[in-house]
Amino acid sequence: MTTPSTTSEATGDAVRLTGISKTYGSFTAVHPLDLTVPAGSFFALLGASGCGKTTTLRMIAGLEDPSGGSVRLGGRDVTALPPYKRPVNTVFQNYALFPHLDIYENVAFGLRRRGIKSVKQQVGEMLDLVQLGPLARRRPHQLSGGQQQRVAVARALINKPQVLLLDEPLGALDLKLRRQMQLELKRIQTEVGITFIHVTHDQEEAMTMADTVAVMNAGRVEQMGAPADLYENPASTFVANFLGTSNLIEAEVTGVLGGTLHLVSAGQKLTLPAARSRADVTAGDRVLAGVRPEKITLAHRDDEDAIPAGRNRVQGRIVDSSFIGVSTQYLVDSPVGAELEVFVPNVERDARLVPGAPVILHWNPEHTFGLDAAQDIDAGTESDDEPAPGGGGAPAAAGAASAVPAGGAGGAAA
Amino acid sequence: MRPIRWLRKNLVVIAGVLALAYLILPNVVVLVFSFNKPKGRFNYTWDHFSTDAWQHPCGVADMCGSLTLSLKIAVYATIGATILGTLTAFALARYRFRGRAATNMLIFLPMAMPEVVMGASLGTLFLNMRIQFGFWTILIAHIMFCLSFVVTAVKARVMSMDPRLEQAAQDLYATPLQTFLRITLPLAAPGIAAGALLSFALSFDDYIITSFNAGNTVTFPMFVWGSAQRGTPVQVNVIGTAMFAIAVVLVLAGQLAGSRRKAKA
Ligand SMILES: Nc1ncnc2c1ncn2[C@@H]1O[C@H](COP(=O)(O)OP(=O)(O)OP(=O)(O)O)[C@@H](O)[C@H]1O
Ligand SMILES: [Mg+2]
Repeated sequence: MTTPSTTSEATGDAVRLTGISKTYGSFTAVHPLDLTVPAGSFFALLGASGCGKTTTLRMIAGLEDPSGGSVRLGGRDVTALPPYKRPVNTVFQNYALFPHLDIYENVAFGLRRRGIKSVKQQVGEMLDLVQLGPLARRRPHQLSGGQQQRVAVARALINKPQVLLLDEPLGALDLKLRRQMQLELKRIQTEVGITFIHVTHDQEEAMTMADTVAVMNAGRVEQMGAPADLYENPASTFVANFLGTSNLIEAEVTGVLGGTLHLVSAGQKLTLPAARSRADVTAGDRVLAGVRPEKITLAHRDDEDAIPAGRNRVQGRIVDSSFIGVSTQYLVDSPVGAELEVFVPNVERDARLVPGAPVILHWNPEHTFGLDAAQDIDAGTESDDEPAPGGGGAPAAAGAASAVPAGGAGGAAA
Repeated sequence: MRPIRWLRKNLVVIAGVLALAYLILPNVVVLVFSFNKPKGRFNYTWDHFSTDAWQHPCGVADMCGSLTLSLKIAVYATIGATILGTLTAFALARYRFRGRAATNMLIFLPMAMPEVVMGASLGTLFLNMRIQFGFWTILIAHIMFCLSFVVTAVKARVMSMDPRLEQAAQDLYATPLQTFLRITLPLAAPGIAAGALLSFALSFDDYIITSFNAGNTVTFPMFVWGSAQRGTPVQVNVIGTAMFAIAVVLVLAGQLAGSRRKAKA
């Protein structure tokens, strides 16, 4: 053990937050939080409005003094360094372009402050990268929102920081431009290989762009992982509902047999692989069984006999259906819960599946995930109110046999 | 029907022209009478055209001396009030400190108080402190009343500035000093310039407060007032016209520079 701990930690991590927290008076904006961002990764910090994303980012940049904990960049403790001494640059939520300088000077600002005299070539290359070369002599107010956003990215990126912090840079853009900029940012990140920490409250944006997503709720990180992993194996009801849509069914464990949990909810039997349950449960405990809407197949009750054995089945009645092009979205009331959501791809449409029709929902038990039943089943849904200050995953005695499908728009990416 | 419709269409233009005429007319009179050669001592009635006064603007005893003094005081007062006022405005807009609310209120006092009262009480103060009246007492008085205008103008500007711009600068490796010089100061410049211009104008033509604190010193407004008792020299009109012309040229140049900057993009 001759190596000091500071250098042994350095390898591979661009950012390491240890127990970092921020309080404003008696209000805790960020709870003590540990976060490690691997070098060269595209990291997304996802969470609802007001959950502390900007505050976390500002503490990394040095624009906010943490109330506790430390910030390490590439193994170096920078907690006490002022922002202008940190090898980090920020793309601000509102861009914060300098209105009295033209685009060229905005982009050159960081280089000039570090005493670099010949900036012409670098600025030119950077403006070409974000396709703004011809507009170099314009002022920020003469650009469109999307162009301003690209200037903000260029102004930060030209400094080749160890870490680029992006605070909802796409928030103000319309959907089409947003998609375009998402691709562009991803392309730039791959091209320059700098670590990006991208803050957003758009779960689709986080999933399409990032290698790693951290889901934040009320000042805490609820779960962190690859987008597909978070989507398939949510660790909490908040993540299950905030990232795409989930049907959560409250059930009782009747037994554990050979790595499979046997459940019953409102008289309907379900199974769940024990390995996919986040809650450590035995017979008699309650658990939330979750399944994504696109994993479910919808069959008319007349066809019940044709359903293969061994699948989870739930009886119900269609209450609503909406046609959305690639798929049809059904809401089904069932004894295990109201308004279960089912996405059926429009391959061969069954004319009998109309509101009022009796149906069977069935799915592969492998696609079921289990969550601790002592959580708010509605956490992270759109109808959910602003998260309570300091609270997160408040235990809720949700009525038996309640199932709540909700969350963001069709997260059929799996 | 026709004339009424014409009137309705052009009402705004007519009102504008009338207002402009109302503002410009006194200046035109000053200009015209600067080319007069009056019969008596008073330059109030037109006699005949002459360029004598323009050829000898300093041909009247003591006038150019008082003009130089007034310009000097105006420049110094502007510099002093602008520096002090800008610092005060930043302190008031950016920092919380004991006595901030009181300062905020007191800074308005010189603007709100009648000039006669202020001039008289300041004169009493100088007298009691046995300070010799003259250049310095005038300058101190001018800096004081200009200060409130600078503070008001700069504070409004600083308050409306986005603090994230300075944070962005710091994020881009600018030290606090560089941030102030490169971002804060240029952004606050229009407010500072407005305060400075106002200071210059106010200081240059102040009569009331100055007269209480001048002693034997004679500034240009005091000279004009004094000579008006005995008869106004035509040169006063020359100076007035020149000042007006310089002001107009300055404003035009400012606007031209502004539009040129916009057009450049
Ligand atoms: N200066 C402050 N004083 C008091 N509370 C603050 C302050 N700044 C932020 N907060 C609170 O801290 C919490 C987190 O704020 P933050 O700006 O980090 O949210 P966010 O996750 O970035 O939200 P959004 O997605 O809306 O940008 C919010 O509840 C906010 O009200
Ligand atoms: Mg934010």
